[in-house]
Amino acid sequence: MNMQTRWTNKHFLHLDTTLLFGLLTLLTLGLIILYSAGGQNIDLMIRQLIRIAAGLGIMLLLAQIPIQKVFRWVPWIYLIGVLLLVLVLLIGTTSKGSQRWINLGFMVFQPSEIMKIIMPMMITWYLADRPLPPSYGRIVVALILIVFPVLLVAKQPDLGTSLLIASSGIFVLLFAGIAWKLILGFLSLVGAFIPILWFYIMHPYQQQRVKTLFNPEADPLGTGYHIIQSKIAIGSGGIEGKGWLNGTQSQLHFLPERTTDFIYAVYNEEFGLIGAGILLLIYLFILSRGMYIAAQAQDTYGRLLAASLVSTFFVYIFVNMGMVTGLLPVVGVPLPLISYGGTSLVTLMAGFGFIMAIHTHKRFLSQ
Amino acid sequence: MYIKNSTQENKIFHNRAIIAWFLMLLFLSLIFARMYYLQVIQHQDYITKSEENSIKILPLPPTRGLIYDRNGVLLAENRISYSLEIIPEKLTEKLDHILDKLKNIIVIEESDITRFKKQSRQKRQFNSIPLRHRLTEGEVARFSVQRHHFAGVEIQSNQSRYYPLGATGVHAIGYVGRINERELKRIDKSNYLGSNYIGKLGIEKYYEKQLHGQTGFQKVETNVKGHIIRVLERTSPIAGKNLYLNLDIELQKYTEEILSKHRSALVVIDPKTSGVLVLASMPYYDPNLFVNGISYKDYNALRDSPERPLYNRAIRGQYPPGSTIKAFVGLAGLEHGVRTKYSRTWCRGWYSLKGQSHRYRDWKKRGHGSVNFHSSLEQSCDVYYYDLAHDLGIDRLNKFMKRFSFGKKTGIDITGELGGLMPSREWKRRRYNKHWYPGETVITGIGQGYMLATPLQLAVATTTLSNHGKFKQPRMVFAMDDPKSNEMSIISPIIQKTIHLKRQDFWKTAIGGMRAVVHSRRGTANKVGRGSRYRFAGKTGTAQVITIKQSETYNARRLKKKFHDHALFVAFAPLKNPRLAISVIVENGGGGSSTAAPIAKKVMDHYLLRK
Repeated sequence: MNMQTRWTNKHFLHLDTTLLFGLLTLLTLGLIILYSAGGQNIDLMIRQLIRIAAGLGIMLLLAQIPIQKVFRWVPWIYLIGVLLLVLVLLIGTTSKGSQRWINLGFMVFQPSEIMKIIMPMMITWYLADRPLPPSYGRIVVALILIVFPVLLVAKQPDLGTSLLIASSGIFVLLFAGIAWKLILGFLSLVGAFIPILWFYIMHPYQQQRVKTLFNPEADPLGTGYHIIQSKIAIGSGGIEGKGWLNGTQSQLHFLPERTTDFIYAVYNEEFGLIGAGILLLIYLFILSRGMYIAAQAQDTYGRLLAASLVSTFFVYIFVNMGMVTGLLPVVGVPLPLISYGGTSLVTLMAGFGFIMAIHTHKRFLSQ
Repeated sequence: MYIKNSTQENKIFHNRAIIAWFLMLLFLSLIFARMYYLQVIQHQDYITKSEENSIKILPLPPTRGLIYDRNGVLLAENRISYSLEIIPEKLTEKLDHILDKLKNIIVIEESDITRFKKQSRQKRQFNSIPLRHRLTEGEVARFSVQRHHFAGVEIQSNQSRYYPLGATGVHAIGYVGRINERELKRIDKSNYLGSNYIGKLGIEKYYEKQLHGQTGFQKVETNVKGHIIRVLERTSPIAGKNLYLNLDIELQKYTEEILSKHRSALVVIDPKTSGVLVLASMPYYDPNLFVNGISYKDYNALRDSPERPLYNRAIRGQYPPGSTIKAFVGLAGLEHGVRTKYSRTWCRGWYSLKGQSHRYRDWKKRGHGSVNFHSSLEQSCDVYYYDLAHDLGIDRLNKFMKRFSFGKKTGIDITGELGGLMPSREWKRRRYNKHWYPGETVITGIGQGYMLATPLQLAVATTTLSNHGKFKQPRMVFAMDDPKSNEMSIISPIIQKTIHLKRQDFWKTAIGGMRAVVHSRRGTANKVGRGSRYRFAGKTGTAQVITIKQSETYNARRLKKKFHDHALFVAFAPLKNPRLAISVIVENGGGGSSTAAPIAKKVMDHYLLRK
């Protein structure tokens, strides 16, 4: 540990090489499978490379800033974020049936994505400098802070993102040490909330996705099509896989959304169970390193934020793999750092930037 | 300031972090277990589904065999026909809008649109669905010029059956049509996967298996849109065999022209080979109408026509044969020893059974006087045969006539032949549950009463007579060739037999009587035999359509046309080494000698005397 501290002190750049190694391995593997899933489209690869470069840049940038300086601005950023979410519902751009974007003229901007980072920071900011576990009153306030933006995002509607935002906030509460009986009570509340969610909040297309999960064969050409094709891709891969660029399900376009949400199916069709094991190990490596950094953090801010960001990263992985393998309903959550698409990649890298900052700026507090 | 217990907080956090890490491990293991389930346990199942997705077996339809006449004239061929097809997925405008625009350049009927919409509901949107078949050349040209206005609409070329001679020989050749649901149940579906047509009638139906050929297949990998990415395996189709008919289409056409004024049928057989030279039934119709689905209007017109053009009189028309069978009845008398060629019967113009007052009239009111077998044939004396039939009895008569294929199918290679009727005691009991009356035997002797025969049966019986008892199944097809190996195989009749009579000169006696019919002064058809450049044998027949009461006489002028007698004539020529045997029937044509015999003579002249 001392070695590490000395090393970071000696060097200009604040970064965690262990975590960086895990991330770069994952990104490389992601590019390899995207090349196949995208039908060897070079333009697509270049666009993804630009995003990865941007993500790495932002990560490096954020890693240089001591996390305490950022926390000063958190309530304001949170407030702006919520206002933007309200604005999205009022004047946002609609695409594929949901209203998620604000057109800034020169670029299209998705405020819900920023909320994924701001939410854990906001709850951490609110809880960290008071005694933990938090009082009931503070838990209630924290829950209100979580629920309000989550509902705004769910209204767009964007079930995947609102789920991720909610879990990133709730994870802070969990790591802050709220009592187990409260957790159990909360879980039963969520259980009670499900019927309300089903009947009043979920859109018919979302309900259909859940129904499809339990019986995809009922509508093989409609809503069940994604799940059926995805399972065929994975199952036909077998232990060794069909080989890179040789997955028939993906190469012959039977698998929909193969570069984005369903890229995991392409990966498994071509690399098989062995490939699946390797990918899970890489993810486990990153998750472990993240949790280790959280445990090593020297103040409550860093600890709670890092643990929450890592846990949210896990939710990404589990929800995506769960839906692609037919364990969970299809909620548009990408496979983190592998699926094609800009916003989630940049947000995730920013999160890892914060985690690195938490790890490399310890000396300020220790002295 | 609030008091924070750092140690306590630290402990709780570490506790939770460790729980969180183990939960992550647990859930990732769950995912791995799920992967194991899909990729190992259910692997085979999904491999199959994956192949079903991408690997398709496409049929390669064989080319249908061609049909030629005996001289190599093409009777049925495959032509390229053009159909207009729409791929719904590729349409850039609304379907109704496209259809409105198409109507300006191509004839599209409401029934086309209905059929198209029905099919498009059953198929996926990237399939090509036909809207109109058999575009005219003008329509193809007009569409081609404006093709760029119609994204998703294409002209497809198909092989389509075509009968270049139209109606000529239709009752022999038959036609093909689209496969219907009843046929779909009967055929080997895999062999018809890419085929549009199946033989519906005539030779096209009888030789369906040989004409159709064997469907080939290719195993292809396709993408989700059904486009072929690569061919994995290929089995070539085996083309159908070409048929060469015994039919002489030139003679057929000539015959049909002569017959065209009448509802009639005419069959010509080559006695040496038993090949069918002519099989005509009039009126006829154009088989090309049926190939791609006949319109309701056209079909109703054909079906409801009082002339019944769809009716194949040559093989399905069952008529009382009348006097045309007298030679055979006479032979039965000789064979059974009931008569000799010298036996004489006195004809006074009528015949009656002992103890009965009913008079069976001769066509000649005053009678023929004393007649023997020869002169009874020559003058077609009825009384001789009334008396003979009565002496033979129905059982012996029935057995003898059946040897000449009366009352049973000849076995010609066309589907749908009927066997006529040769009555017997046994038959009447089964059919009507009634006793046989002696009077019924009497009229059977002149081919009236229950007895029915088809023109084909009369031609076959005449052939057998001309051959002195040698019988062969009549054949439409004489050879097939395999387009691949170019090997020609001759089709020979399956059933060949010889009718042995007690004395060989019985044949000569019967034939001599038939020769006198046309060549002697008193012969009933001496007009057609007069001045003939070759000798031949014939027999006239006039079949009553209605029963004339005892107190009345037949008067054509007082009867409606449909109650007029049928005119019949059978013949073979030349007398020595016959080259053809012929039978003619003209429905409601009146007398055999006045109507039927001249027609037969023209056909014989055309065949025997042409260069």
